[in-house]
Amino acid sequence: MDKVVDVVDVSMNYHTLEGETQAIRKLNFSIANGEFVSIVGPSGCGKSTLLSLISGIIMPTSGKIFVNGKEVTGPSPSVGYMLQKDHLFEWRTILKNVTIGLEIQGKLNKENQEFVEKLLKEYGLYEFRNYYPKQLSGGMRQRVALIRTLATKPDILLLDEPFSALDYQTKIAISEEVWLILKKEKKTAILVTHDLAEAISMSDRIIVLTKRPAEIKSIHNIQLTCDFRTPITCREAPEFRVYFNKIWKELDVHV
Amino acid sequence: MYDENKENIVSEEYKKYLTSHKRFRLAIRVSRIVILIFIFVFWEVAANNEWIDPFIMSQPSKIYNTLTSMAKDGSLFIHTGVTVYETIIGFVIGTLLGSLIAIALWWSDFLAKILDPYLVVLNALPKTALGPIILVWIGGTTKSIIVMALLFSIVVTIINVYTAFRNCDEDKIKLLKTFGANRKQILQKVVLPSGITTIISTLKINVGLSLVGVIVGEFLVSKAGLGYLIIYGGQVFKMDLVMSSVLILAIVAAVLYLSVLWIEKRVLKMM
Repeated sequence: MDKVVDVVDVSMNYHTLEGETQAIRKLNFSIANGEFVSIVGPSGCGKSTLLSLISGIIMPTSGKIFVNGKEVTGPSPSVGYMLQKDHLFEWRTILKNVTIGLEIQGKLNKENQEFVEKLLKEYGLYEFRNYYPKQLSGGMRQRVALIRTLATKPDILLLDEPFSALDYQTKIAISEEVWLILKKEKKTAILVTHDLAEAISMSDRIIVLTKRPAEIKSIHNIQLTCDFRTPITCREAPEFRVYFNKIWKELDVHV
Repeated sequence: MYDENKENIVSEEYKKYLTSHKRFRLAIRVSRIVILIFIFVFWEVAANNEWIDPFIMSQPSKIYNTLTSMAKDGSLFIHTGVTVYETIIGFVIGTLLGSLIAIALWWSDFLAKILDPYLVVLNALPKTALGPIILVWIGGTTKSIIVMALLFSIVVTIINVYTAFRNCDEDKIKLLKTFGANRKQILQKVVLPSGITTIISTLKINVGLSLVGVIVGEFLVSKAGLGYLIIYGGQVFKMDLVMSSVLILAIVAAVLYLSVLWIEKRVLKMM
């Protein structure tokens, strides 16, 4: 099974007393194993809705979504979700924060506990396991949030603007780090972002959406010439600027 | 050795700042005590010189005598004990029951919407007005007094705790949902722990409200407690007894409040 995520004819409407809003219209795309795909589009075009649909916390109005060949009918352990802010629970220690997903899924056994400790050690947070979130810096907190997501061993990670609450320097450093971790753990990732440079530097493919109701405007395969590709090094690739300008024009931003 | 080192690091200016801060706090503390002493001394002198009528105003020396004789025959402790006991029972039941109802409202949005106008009216209604009804329904017993204390605190608890639950960060709930959390887990893992600070701050309000309820209840039931002493003393014009009871009541109120404050500090530290 090469296709990890398959979105088939998905539409999503929201209903309020003011009326019906079409957020997504007849969306079709699929994502291969190990791929890093970014979704960009104008503000409020339904990007986050798309991630919520794939994660199974909301159901589409019509169409189907398949994850690992199985139709999504609710939240599944094979999909991990990372939100804009770290949302660490202030009343829990770092270790307790990281294991909350396992706790909820009733999988907090010795093996998984060891797996979490291994992750914490590997990514330099083990000494801080008994600290509370407020004692950690913004970048470290976001790393904790990533490990919390990885703890339940998902195949696919949904990243909903996970760096947007960080300051610029931290953002660059953390996105590099997250990218390296995801590649090392061989995860498939879908990133929703406003930051074009971030999208280009991290992704294998970028899907550009139209404004609401969201449809696919274009898909770009990102091929950058640089020796050891990581988000920071590839910013120097000559094609970087070309992709940037092309996608920027497609977004058709008017202020 | 250590202290010497430290003194070398601390600059002259900082030392000045520290001493001036200390002096300021001391001045506040002294002023508070001076005011208290002044009131009692002036009260005593004014009564002795008949500037005020000691029969209706009472006076500190008479209050002292009343308190010592009450302490000797033990009635002071019995009545204070009764009031404190009723307040604590009413307070604990009010807080627990109120929080449970708040959980039920959080659980069922339908229920919350239905009960909303009832809660608003009950909150606005002066609970004292319900006193005679409770007296008739339950009878002139301790139970009536506890129910009064309960009534005074429960509505505020429900409203405050429910609001705290509602204000729980939607994204934190979303996060748990992505892990497949059910409603009970969401309540346990995020809604309750993030609401705990609000629950504790309502405790501070509740302990005062429960005391009001108890005193109103004791006025009506008139069997024992500081509220009974006050109403009884007023009826037979024993102003010394009334003033003594009010003084004890003030101390009880302060001690109860400080205890809740102490619990709050303890709980917040644990988190």
